[in-house]
Amino acid sequence: MAKLKIEDLKKIKERVQSENALRDGDRRVRVTVHMGTCGIAAGAREVLSTLMKEIEESNASDVVVTTSGCMGLCSREPEITVEILGEEPIIYENVDPNKMRQIFRRHILQGEIQTPFVLARGKEQV
Amino acid sequence: MMEELSMHILDIVENSVRAGATMVTIEINESTSEDRLTVIIEDNGSGMDEETLRKALDPFYTTKTVRKVGLGIPLLAQAARAAGGDLAITSEVGKGTRIYADFQLSHIDRQPLGKMEDTIVSIIAGNPGMDFVYIHRRNGGTYQLDTRELREALEDVPINHGSVLSFIRDGVKEALAAMKVGSGIDLEHRAITDDP
Repeated sequence: MAKLKIEDLKKIKERVQSENALRDGDRRVRVTVHMGTCGIAAGAREVLSTLMKEIEESNASDVVVTTSGCMGLCSREPEITVEILGEEPIIYENVDPNKMRQIFRRHILQGEIQTPFVLARGKEQV
Repeated sequence: MMEELSMHILDIVENSVRAGATMVTIEINESTSEDRLTVIIEDNGSGMDEETLRKALDPFYTTKTVRKVGLGIPLLAQAARAAGGDLAITSEVGKGTRIYADFQLSHIDRQPLGKMEDTIVSIIAGNPGMDFVYIHRRNGGTYQLDTRELREALEDVPINHGSVLSFIRDGVKEALAAMKVGSGIDLEHRAITDDP
């Protein structure tokens, strides 16, 4: 029988607390997945799941994920905005799980903007 | 296209987020004997007045200014009507909104529920400041997840931490898989239990 056990959750809590004690969990990168009706219909949820899996596998605790609404360019969905501290935000268009993995590994972790997938520089106005 | 009910649910909850809700309850009931599937999403957001409520089902009505259509509710209504069901909204300004959609469970055109675990995790990851209750009943079995209970156990660890989210995803997935269709056995699944 499957249950979310309170002890398991407490173990996770203790592990995270000890990790945070070692290095102050600074937020270096914020990734926003656009979650409007258009984004969801185009596959934004899979993009978000892929991103979360990548973050966990690479143990990149300085990357924070959030969601936003539609910014009016529904035909270019799924869209994500990558904001690296001290750099201009980049909006990517037509993202799928493969592109998400590439953007994560090359741009978010190594700092190389993945130009072929870029929609615009700047932050979305929702 | 929206091909899974779980994606519609994610979309409707985004409406609650936009309405400034701090608490959203997602309730899914599946009954093989009654051949019904119902989805109820209730929030404590800003609510709608009578006129807005009437327009909410119109695909050419939206409160947003960046585009001219608002398809979230109309798409869910269409999915329900295509599967021998319907959609109803009740709302009160300042109190919140409740969306009720029902389906004939065995209808050939009923969309599959899809990955509820991904929907729940996406909602929590995107809105760590909000609280969510997810209740899923299937033929007498009940699964319940309450972010307030999770928060209590987590103390100062954020609920949108990667390890916590992946723990929630696995938990929801396993629990739903354990609630067999048509078993009729009373399985009590709680999101959190003190049993070892």
